[in-house]
Order: sequence, then C-alpha cells, then structure tokens
Amino acid sequence: MSAAKQLPRWADLTLLPVIGLVAALLVSGGVIALLGESPAQALKLMVSGAFGTQDAIGYSLYYATNFIFTGLAVAVAFHAGLFNIGGEGQAYIGGLMSGLVCLALGHWPFWAVLPAAVVAGAAGGAAWAFIPAWLQAKRGSHIVITTIMFNFIASSLMTYLLVNVLIKPGQQSPETREFSGSTVMPAAHELLARIGITFTPSPLNLAFGLALAASVLVWIFLWRTRWGYELRVTGQNPAAAVYAGISPPRVIVAAMLLSGALAGCLGLNELMGSQHRIVIDFPAGAGFVGIAVALMGRNHPVGIFFAAVLFGALYQGGSQLSFDMPKINRDMVVVIQGLVILACGAMENLFRVPLAALFGAFGGAVPPPRDRAGEGTRPPAGKQS
Amino acid sequence: METYSLIVLTLAATLRVATPLLLAALGAMFSERSGVIDLALEGKMLGAAFASAAVSAVTGSAWLGLGAGILTSVALAMINAFATVTHRGNQVVACMALNIAVAGLGPTLALAWFNLGGQTPQLDGPDQRFGELVWPGAPAARAHPFPGLLYAELLSGHSLIVYLAAALVPVAAWALYRTRFGLRVRAVGENPLAVDTAGISVAALRYQAMLISGVLCGVAGTYLSTAASAGFVRDMTAGKGYLALAAVIFGKWKPYPTLGACLLFAFTDALASRLQGVALPVVGVIPVQFIMALPYVLTVLLLAGFVGQAVAPRVIGVPYSKEK
Repeated sequence: MSAAKQLPRWADLTLLPVIGLVAALLVSGGVIALLGESPAQALKLMVSGAFGTQDAIGYSLYYATNFIFTGLAVAVAFHAGLFNIGGEGQAYIGGLMSGLVCLALGHWPFWAVLPAAVVAGAAGGAAWAFIPAWLQAKRGSHIVITTIMFNFIASSLMTYLLVNVLIKPGQQSPETREFSGSTVMPAAHELLARIGITFTPSPLNLAFGLALAASVLVWIFLWRTRWGYELRVTGQNPAAAVYAGISPPRVIVAAMLLSGALAGCLGLNELMGSQHRIVIDFPAGAGFVGIAVALMGRNHPVGIFFAAVLFGALYQGGSQLSFDMPKINRDMVVVIQGLVILACGAMENLFRVPLAALFGAFGGAVPPPRDRAGEGTRPPAGKQS
Repeated sequence: METYSLIVLTLAATLRVATPLLLAALGAMFSERSGVIDLALEGKMLGAAFASAAVSAVTGSAWLGLGAGILTSVALAMINAFATVTHRGNQVVACMALNIAVAGLGPTLALAWFNLGGQTPQLDGPDQRFGELVWPGAPAARAHPFPGLLYAELLSGHSLIVYLAAALVPVAAWALYRTRFGLRVRAVGENPLAVDTAGISVAALRYQAMLISGVLCGVAGTYLSTAASAGFVRDMTAGKGYLALAAVIFGKWKPYPTLGACLLFAFTDALASRLQGVALPVVGVIPVQFIMALPYVLTVLLLAGFVGQAVAPRVIGVPYSKEK
C-alpha cells in the first residue's frame, strides 16, 4: 500500500472497529429481518436484556470476564506475530488445574487457595501452549495447525478424565464433586454488600477484578518492559529483532507461555466463580470469542476490555432475546461473533482503504504511522520451510 | 468367522467415514497448493450440510439438495477469497470468521424455518437421501462369506458419493500434475511473483483453486446430512473439517498420500466406535478418547518432523501484493 493512504492512529484504533461492528450488526439485522422479526426490536431487547437490570449487568460482566482472559491471550500472541487458536484447549487444561487445586485444598482458607488456584490455572494453560510454541520456535511447525490439534487433544483428554477418573461416584453426568465453600470465588453481590451496596445476586465474582488486574499487568508488560518490547519487535519484524540481538525462538516460547497462562485463568471465573465444580466443555467457545475480542479491541487491553464487555452483553442479551423472540435462539450471537471477526479482522482493508482515502481528501497531510501494534492483518509468523 | 465379519464391517465403516474427509481434503489440496490456508473446510462443510438437508426436506430431492449444498459452500469460499485474495485479509482470521458464523447461522435458520430446535426435518422420503447402491448379486454373495462378504460390504452398499470421492482421487492427481492449470496452481503457491511476471493472474488462480475447494466441500457436507445421516443437526461436522486439513498436511499436500491419511484417520474413527468398552487381550480396555485423539497427535508429530517431514507450499498464508 502506498504511504499516502495511511489512517491516523486514532481512527485506526477507534473508527475501524466501530465501522466493523456496525457492518456486522447490519448484516445480522438483515438475517433477523429474513427470519421475519424486527431488527430494531431485537436490538432493543438485547440491550435491555444485557443492561436493563442489576443482575443482567452482573451476567454481562461475568461473561465478559471470560472474554477478557481469552482476548488478552490472543492479543499477547498477536503482538509476537503468532496466532494462538488454542485458547480453548489452554483454558480447558488451565481450568482443570485450578479445579484440582480447589478439590485438593478444600480445607485451606480462601486467601491461601486463591494464589494456588491462579498459579495452577496459569501453569496449566501455559503448559498446554508450550508444546506448540516449542515446535514453532525450534522446528517451524505451523502454530495455527498445532494449536488447533491441541484443542482436540485437550477435549479428548478432558472427556476421558471426567468420564473415567474425576467423576463423582454414583452419578451420571461427567463432572466432579462440588468445591468446598472456602475455595469458591466470592460473588460480587457479597463483596458489595460488605461495603454497604446492595446488588442483585448474579454469577459476577472476584474473577472480574482479577481479569482487570491481568489487563493492567499485560499493558505494563507489553509497553513498559524490555521483554514486552522484544516481543513486539519480534512480531513486527523478526529480521530486525535478530539484528538487535533478540532471539525470536525464545520470544515465541515466552509469548505463547504468557498467552496460554492468560487463557488458563478462565477456570477462575467459570469454575471457581460459577459452576463450583469441573464440568465438561466449560470453555464453551470462549477461546474463539477471544479472537473476535482481540481483533475488535485492536490487541490493546483497554480495547479488549470494551470488546469483552460488548461480547458479554451480546451473550447475555442473546439469551434474553431467545426468551422473547421464539424464532431466534442464542446461536444468533455466534453469527454476530463470526461477522465481527470477518469485518474487524479479515475484511478490514475493505473499510481501511476508502476511509484512508477520505482522510487523505479532507484531512490534508496525515502523519506517518507510528507503532501500529493493533494491526491484525499480518499473517502469523509461521515459518514453514 | 466372527472376527472376519467384524473386520470387514469396520473396513466398510472406514470407507464411509473417509468419504467426507477425502472430498474436503482434495479440495483443500488445491486451495492450499495455491498458497491460501484453508481452515474454512469446517464451515463450508457445515454450511453445505445445512443447505442440502434443508432443500432436500422442502423439495424432496437429494439432488436439488446437493446443488444447494455446493452453491452454499462455493458462496462461502468466494467470501473467503474476496476477503483474503482481493482485500489481502488475514487468511486464518477469515476462515475462523466463516467457521464461527456458519456454526451459528445453520441452527438459527433451521429453527426459524422448521421450528425443530435448530435441526432440519428427518429425511425419510424415497428420494430425499443418497441411498446405498446395492451392486448386482450382493445379497446373494453374503451366502459365501469369503469373498462374498467383501463384495457385499466393501464394494457394494455405499452411496453414490462414496464412489465419486474414490474416483476423484486420480482425477485430482491428474489435474494437479498433468494439466497446465495444475502446474500454475502449484507454481502460484511456491512463487507467485514468477507466475505474475509470466502474465498470469495470481488472484484468478487462487479464486479458481478456492472454487474447487468450495465445490468439493459442498459435496462433502451434503454427504454428511443426506447420505451418512438423515438431516442436519447442530455442529454435525464436529471437527471433520479440521481433521480433513490435518489429512492434507499428513498427506504432504499430495493426492495419494492424502487418500492414505484420510483412510488412516477414518479407520481410527471406525475402530474407536467398535472398541467402545471392549476388553482387548493383553492391553484391556483402551479408552475411546485416546483412539479418537490419535489423528491429531499423529499430525502434530508429523508437523514436528518426528514422522517424516511435511513441507508446506512456500508462500502459504501470505497475501500476494503486486506493489512489493
């Protein structure tokens, strides 16, 4: 692309995702109209279903917690030029580890269980990301393919463990016994009640705070540490990284370990915060929502927060919608999710080029791009030769 | 005798399971060879499975269903090509977007049109499915288990699409290695600049390769919902698209090795359903999940270079831009 057609950075970070979202919602509205329902009415129902009441807000933020973790996971790998599609499997194994800690340490007080569960979850997710990372770094195995394969391997492994090993004796459904009370995440309404605020009970829990803390840590890591700098340089230009004395294989492994660790924290919210036991298929696609969230959030923690809340609201609003419009079920949300990935990720040049031309025509001289870290259109750095 | 017929039946099941894998894998062989990652097999198959079952349910004709399945899959492939070839979008992102959107769209449309909780109606009319073709003399041949059972179960008794898939392997090999188009497809995945310099459109070649993948995934998806089962259910591809891509990689992007990989993966699947809860001598009961995970483990080992070496088309995943 010629240098004249560059977008100003603010437009890249805000305007493009919004245009992508609007395009995705317009197409979804078309689908809803095709089904014989009113798109405007559907949007109204979804917004009120997601934010209309206190418990609706609680549910929306509870879903958003999952998506912050998986969105950060995808983003960290993206910055290193890697596409981690394995968030689903990493979340599954990480959650298993957090869950096992809760089951084993049922007699410990919560303040001691919490760090153990966080470390176990992060370690489990990182471990599941390690093999694809190592294979990419050392042997050039395409990380997109290996992480997909590891999703399926994780799924088989977890089915085996839950059906044959961890299942609570004398019960049919493949799930473990319930965590004891001291290993369960405090719910938001309980915490708020302590400081005198009444909030309707919802599954929103302390893990939301942990997700926000993780967002801050990721921001500090990526933009305020040497390691983060090395990671971003490697992602933008591996050749320059080598020239600067950075070892790309080491960065690839480190980025994927961090990415897997973030995805592995999903169990803190989903299992410790809501299910209170290890259940089958608890990531339920959150690893893939993370892709949409990272793309929309331009791989920046602040953007990821807003995108995650948006998707949390879509999930909660979508359930409400399926109650009120019997012709529409929650799968509609999955359609919107796919369209957002298409519009904000794969087709962003469709909007970027005319928008840049528009800015070029009206804005006069546009400063050259600086750090366009949010760009998601680079191919993953999979070197296959 | 018992073991013999079990083996024959397992092999027959292998052929049936391998069919959709093979069709999708042959398609992906073209698109991948042209330099475009084809992770969207899953979505294209699922879309075709839905469209063919829906049209077959409404019109009563499996052939019209096949047409709808192919059209749907091709439409998805063209959206993919528009995003990744024309607009040079990230290929992995585009494929994941299509897979996810279709996973939601199928059940959404099915619920609205048929009101059966996200499924299509059961296909039980005479022409609504691709039934099993019984070869002449097959029922009588069963009287003589060897070789009659082989004839009746392995050769006879499959749907038309199974034979079509088998016949397509040599056709695909011929097209890829013996035609001008095949040479160009292989060249554009290795060195698009050279192809462009020769005055041949890189984009047109990639569109054509992705069109082939769309058609074959359409047949594969139609097979799933109108031959292997009787209607569309939510998420009925269940990872078969990814497994087919793994087979292409396992087959090193070559037709006959890809056929071998599809048969191997299908055999593990057929074996897993046979071995469910069966205690084997020496090893005892092998958990089904371990056998099911085997294709994925094998593919990772291959990609790691521990089982042979998989060399991908050189520019796979890299959008082609004239200006650089």
